[in-house]
Amino acid sequence: MNMADFFSMGGRGFYVWSSFGAVALALVIEMMLVKKRGSAAAQLKKTVAETQQ
Amino acid sequence: MKARYKRFIWVAIGLSVVALAVTLVLRTFNSNIVLYINPTEVAQKKMPKDRNFRIGGMVTAGSLKRQPDGLTVKFSVTDMVETVPVSYTGILPDLFKEGKGVVAEGKLDADGVFRATEVLAKHDENYMPPAAADALKKAGRNMDGTPIKSIEAPAQSPTPAKP
Amino acid sequence: MNLYKYASPATFYPLAGKLIPWFAALAVVFGLIGLYLGLIVAPEDAQQGQVYRIIFIHVPTAWVGMVVYLVMAAYGVAALTLKTRLSSMMMEALAPTGALFTALALLTGALWGKPTWGTYWIWDARMTSTLILLFLYVGYIALIHAIEDKKRADKAGALLVIVGSVNVPIIYFSVRWWNTLHQGASVSVTGSKMAAVMAQGMLVMALACWMYAIAVVLVRVRAIILERQYKGANDMVGLSMGARGMAGTEMTGTEMMGTK
Repeated sequence: MNMADFFSMGGRGFYVWSSFGAVALALVIEMMLVKKRGSAAAQLKKTVAETQQ
Repeated sequence: MKARYKRFIWVAIGLSVVALAVTLVLRTFNSNIVLYINPTEVAQKKMPKDRNFRIGGMVTAGSLKRQPDGLTVKFSVTDMVETVPVSYTGILPDLFKEGKGVVAEGKLDADGVFRATEVLAKHDENYMPPAAADALKKAGRNMDGTPIKSIEAPAQSPTPAKP
Repeated sequence: MNLYKYASPATFYPLAGKLIPWFAALAVVFGLIGLYLGLIVAPEDAQQGQVYRIIFIHVPTAWVGMVVYLVMAAYGVAALTLKTRLSSMMMEALAPTGALFTALALLTGALWGKPTWGTYWIWDARMTSTLILLFLYVGYIALIHAIEDKKRADKAGALLVIVGSVNVPIIYFSVRWWNTLHQGASVSVTGSKMAAVMAQGMLVMALACWMYAIAVVLVRVRAIILERQYKGANDMVGLSMGARGMAGTEMTGTEMMGTK
């Protein structure tokens, strides 16, 4: 299979690649958001620990 | 208050979601849960009156005929017991094929022809490489391994077989 | 073995932290193998040609969307009967990922439906019940954020999820119970109706989605454990005005930091 055939997916490349692309994009965004939330929570813990000293 | 305002938004989202879900459930259970009826039910006049409905079944082998205008097609839909002739003007989906599943939406005319406004292909759950499909075909088997039955519409049988 | 020990947030927090890298690594490994099998090794389909390859992402996302909801319902039962604190936190952590995968299953399904069936969407039983699953997730998330008292919010949320779980078998069996445009199951406990390499690709992609989901949920539940433990304390010292009662949204923590 050559590259052009691979990307065209029998003329249905739009549907195939937007499916895989949408999932990849969504997972990347979710990972970024959850990471942000995790570091914000860690920061919260640190702040509380500092003020209670 | 910011927190209070935020909570209000969540309540609003919650209520609209519940309303949407209820609407969908009612809508579905109302009539749409039966997405289509089969040709036997059409023969028994089980379709809604004066309203579009969908019929589903198999495209009878050898029944597909393109009309001279190039866009209108005629074919018939069968469930092996009864057959309904269909006329449709428009683009057929890729998987529309004789001997394969189809769901058509439209109305039954007085002449007994179903005038479809939308034709959808209903494919099955079998996936295999083309070579394997060819091998099965040569062996006289369907994709699920069962022997190929004739899907020609039976000649108008006076007593439709009751399931 | 004392199961209650692992149901305590204090024990679970470090355990989850240790597990996350493993699940994340497995997600990457399975994802690469699955994509290789699905996009390169698997041949085209006899009927659909190349476009059927959407199955390698559509079915795994749909499975995760449905099973995550059942896992939430199980935690909901635990939250209401055993009153383990971690259960409600797990529910809160699972919901966004379950909702996302359900939405992705609907989206990839639409993108598959257009070229094969001829339509992006139809109100058949499979698709309508899957859309209802998405609304159940969103409804749960909205509910737990709408009730100020965290304990009451957790209880109401658990109840909603448990009641809503009847929808999952409806989704699964809809293609058998009613006339649907959606085809039947290709892979089930009774066997597979796919060529072996296609089924393998799909299962490996499903494993990848599972590993991803577990990893991301564990990161989120660790954040929730900290949020719930320290938010109250933080409010009491008056550090973050207005942060009260808005625990849990993805943005909350950052916004709060910004207000100081």
